[in-house]
Amino acid sequence: MIWNEARECMSRDEMTNLQGARLKKVVNRVYHNVEPYRKKMQEAGVEPSEITSIEDITKLPFTTKDDLRDNYPFGLFAVPLSEIVRVHASSGTTGKATVVGYTRKDIDVWAECVARCCAMAGLGRDDIIQVAYGYGLFTGGLGGHYGAEHLGATVVPMSVGNTKKLIDMMIDFGATGLMCTPSYLMHIAEVIEEMGVKDKIKLKATLNGAEPWTENMRTQIEERLGIKAHDIYGLSEIMGPGVANDCEYHAGLHVFEDYFYPEVIDPNTLEPVADGETGELVITTLTKEGIPMIRYRTKDLTSITHEVCKCGRTTARISRFKGRSDDMLIIRGVNVFPSQVEAALLTVDGITPNYQIIVDRVNHQDTLAILVEVEERFFSDEIKELENLQRKIEHAVHQGIGLNAKIKLVEPKTIERSMGKAVRVIDKRKLV
Amino acid sequence: MFIKQLTVFIENRAGRLEEVAQVLKDNDINIQSVSLADTSEYGLLRFILTDYEKAVKVLKDAGFSAKVSNVIAVKLTQKVGQLSDLLAVFSDVDVNVEYMYGLTSDDQSAFIVLKTSDQEKALEALKTAGYELFTN
Repeated sequence: MIWNEARECMSRDEMTNLQGARLKKVVNRVYHNVEPYRKKMQEAGVEPSEITSIEDITKLPFTTKDDLRDNYPFGLFAVPLSEIVRVHASSGTTGKATVVGYTRKDIDVWAECVARCCAMAGLGRDDIIQVAYGYGLFTGGLGGHYGAEHLGATVVPMSVGNTKKLIDMMIDFGATGLMCTPSYLMHIAEVIEEMGVKDKIKLKATLNGAEPWTENMRTQIEERLGIKAHDIYGLSEIMGPGVANDCEYHAGLHVFEDYFYPEVIDPNTLEPVADGETGELVITTLTKEGIPMIRYRTKDLTSITHEVCKCGRTTARISRFKGRSDDMLIIRGVNVFPSQVEAALLTVDGITPNYQIIVDRVNHQDTLAILVEVEERFFSDEIKELENLQRKIEHAVHQGIGLNAKIKLVEPKTIERSMGKAVRVIDKRKLV
Repeated sequence: MFIKQLTVFIENRAGRLEEVAQVLKDNDINIQSVSLADTSEYGLLRFILTDYEKAVKVLKDAGFSAKVSNVIAVKLTQKVGQLSDLLAVFSDVDVNVEYMYGLTSDDQSAFIVLKTSDQEKALEALKTAGYELFTN
């Protein structure tokens, strides 16, 4: 089902006109209301008056996560705080969190987008949808919740945690829809099998995102549970989940182009690449009031097509993600940069450790292990001292990135070095 | 008197223990006593040796973390109650034993190597109680 046919099936000309008109407005707003944007545009020598159509977007400077950090917490907001009705913050970071704000209209747009995603997955007002993303600063829980409510479905705000209870309610309520991370869905499938209740569930469709996963995983879970699983994409800087979603043909994720203008660029030359070629996804929010993003570099690698989809939607589709153009890892839905892990390790009694981050997926759940080489300076002849050290590091890492990591002490010089440079990250998940 | 002890960190991997022994052998260092404290992932090898400086150097060169620390070695005789009496000396002064292992000297006397929560206090108590200590 197509939730908003007028928008999702617009002709390319109509879409281009709408995007141009909206871009013009948002550029004017940020130029006049957001000092850092104005400065950047002035440095780039571009005036708002030069932006008359969507093609002019390439004249505008890019925005990055650093801009958000540099203007922490509210520096990029384009409206007074009295207009902001909610904030979210990026996962996993302390001190360096990126904060985003939403006006009432932004929340409505978000709900509209998520409702479109749900409709793509075949869900509607007669469905009972469990939202099993974390509710809180993370955008997943509340984003999914408002969208499913806007759809008119019966929403069950499960959040994350008690899987057995989730399944019991899934059975008792006859829940037909579920929103959660792909790895949590895999875990839920396992528990359903363990409980031997597969024939009691009425689940039809799931929307899964906030984490990289493969087409293989998607089809596997569909077969296992006899459901339709859909890939939902989003990021808090742009909005949260619901920026794009794949339809029943699973031929890429439809970007809601009336709200988000997608470009794919070469991350080195910063020039646009042709349709079908891989590059970094750049998104401009066309209507956002709270914290508009102009040409935001997502660092996600993808390719784009503007061909009309078999489902009838005309919106551009982006391919399943092919990795990142930076070193960010997404572990259990939390964004982690190796530099944050390093900073956390350095808080432990002045050690300058050699470390290696190992990310794996065991039983469909992400695992994080950090190997730390034991140098004479901080090793002792007593086991309890080493155990203390391990605990201190575990604590520091948890404080730093918000995730529990298994700390493994290893012998010096055992961490793999490539050309003399330590290999800092090993991702064994084979997601791309 | 304290004696020196060499501690080596090893991961629980096949052959690591042997490599340490091999390095010591190749460098003509005699092991007078050894104990292994293990966890599921790594272990600490504690040695009483003939040449500490050399041992630290050759083990470091071979890629191991090695560290010298002070321990106490107390002479015991083969009689019932020796260990109990010894431990009573420590508990009387409120000192806790962290670890201990055996050591046999060249003249075949038996010693207990000890690390306690307060080494100075432990040493003092042992002297007062008239225990004979090993030196290296």
